[in-house]
Amino acid sequence: MVNTRRSPAQIFGFPAIIALVIAFGLMSALLGDGVWDTASWIALALPLVIVAFYCKRAR
Amino acid sequence: MTPRTVRVWKEVHKWTSLVCTLFLLMLCVTGLPLIFHEEIDRALGASAAPDSVAADAPMISLDRIMEIGHAERPNEAITFAVPDDDDPVWHLFFAPAVNSPKVTAAVSIDGRTGHILRVGDSTRSPFTKFVKDLHTDLFLDEKGMLFLGAIGLCFVVAIISGIVVYGPFMRRLDFGTVRPRTRRLYWLDMHNLTGMVLVAWMLVVGVTGIINTLSQQIGRHWQRTELVDMIAPWRNMPPPTQPASVQKAMETALAFAPGMKVSSIAMPGSPFAGGHHYGVYLHGDTPLTSKLLMPVMINAADGTFSESRQLPWYAKALFISKPLHFGDYGGLPLKIIWALLDLVTLVVLGSGLYLWAARLRTSPARRTDAVAHGLTQVQEHP
Repeated sequence: MVNTRRSPAQIFGFPAIIALVIAFGLMSALLGDGVWDTASWIALALPLVIVAFYCKRAR
Repeated sequence: MTPRTVRVWKEVHKWTSLVCTLFLLMLCVTGLPLIFHEEIDRALGASAAPDSVAADAPMISLDRIMEIGHAERPNEAITFAVPDDDDPVWHLFFAPAVNSPKVTAAVSIDGRTGHILRVGDSTRSPFTKFVKDLHTDLFLDEKGMLFLGAIGLCFVVAIISGIVVYGPFMRRLDFGTVRPRTRRLYWLDMHNLTGMVLVAWMLVVGVTGIINTLSQQIGRHWQRTELVDMIAPWRNMPPPTQPASVQKAMETALAFAPGMKVSSIAMPGSPFAGGHHYGVYLHGDTPLTSKLLMPVMINAADGTFSESRQLPWYAKALFISKPLHFGDYGGLPLKIIWALLDLVTLVVLGSGLYLWAARLRTSPARRTDAVAHGLTQVQEHP
């Protein structure tokens, strides 16, 4: 896959999904309590998990 | 995108980043302890623990609390009475004169026993106050706030241009590619990965930070338009010589808006009340409405209701921006996640700075070559 050109959808698809999950996480704790707080923690921990995953894989 | 447009966006990304990076490093470093300011203030003994009396002990009259405060600092005026978020404690704010926006002291009084629990120059510990002043205005008051707002604007442009140049850079790479071959390549990939994963969070914290730098302008505009309008019918009357009971004013406001709680009470003559009124500011008790204030103006002559209206959109925007910037709206786990996201932002900033500095160190010939071809081409065909 190294030398095939990727379409904008392929390049920005995954980042866009992450952005949507972050947006959900930011809103859910603002609009609700209890389970919505928990949903927010999970959603906002996701970018941290993704960064950790790819860092670990590179080593 | 033509190679020329890509080059222009790269220049935009480079220069906006260079302008804001050092300040953002400072903001990220000082922001980190501020996420936990409540916990730090408690550990440093700056928060006033209430007296241990029966949990159902009744609150004494706010008028009595005010008397106790006046007796403690007889030569100053009380501008605000603010109930504590968590404890049955009143925080009274003092100024040289009632119409002064300056705060000379904050006195915390137990709402049931009337004991003075703490006297300080603010309700924060010296450490968090120092860090907060550096973070919000570089110790330069309003000028510093507006300057940091401009820095925030640069940050937002840097993020957007970063998204634009990410596209051509990743044409032949999979998401999350981190090549450990050379140090420069490793940090370049790390910069792209961390920057892109955090883009939404950094944009939200950046934009809400900019809105926060406008809080003084927003407050003043509200005073000059909405507040002046609300109290206009009293404009030409003499102010009451003996203001009515503040306890009664508070009760009238709470009766007007059942289910709401007191956020703060501005005293007659202070900038957020006007000469003839108590400005009683209420907030709701759902996660969202607890962030939004509702002003209720109470006639200071007799403690009756005068006027109340919804906040305008720009004031609502400010109050919604605060939690989204501070990350203090979802318990301790959210604060910890906020802190970790802040640390990853430091990686984005540090790697960006490193990449720029590493490029300066390359020989002039290679540098012009790199500029002419653009960094990505050089990276893709080593």
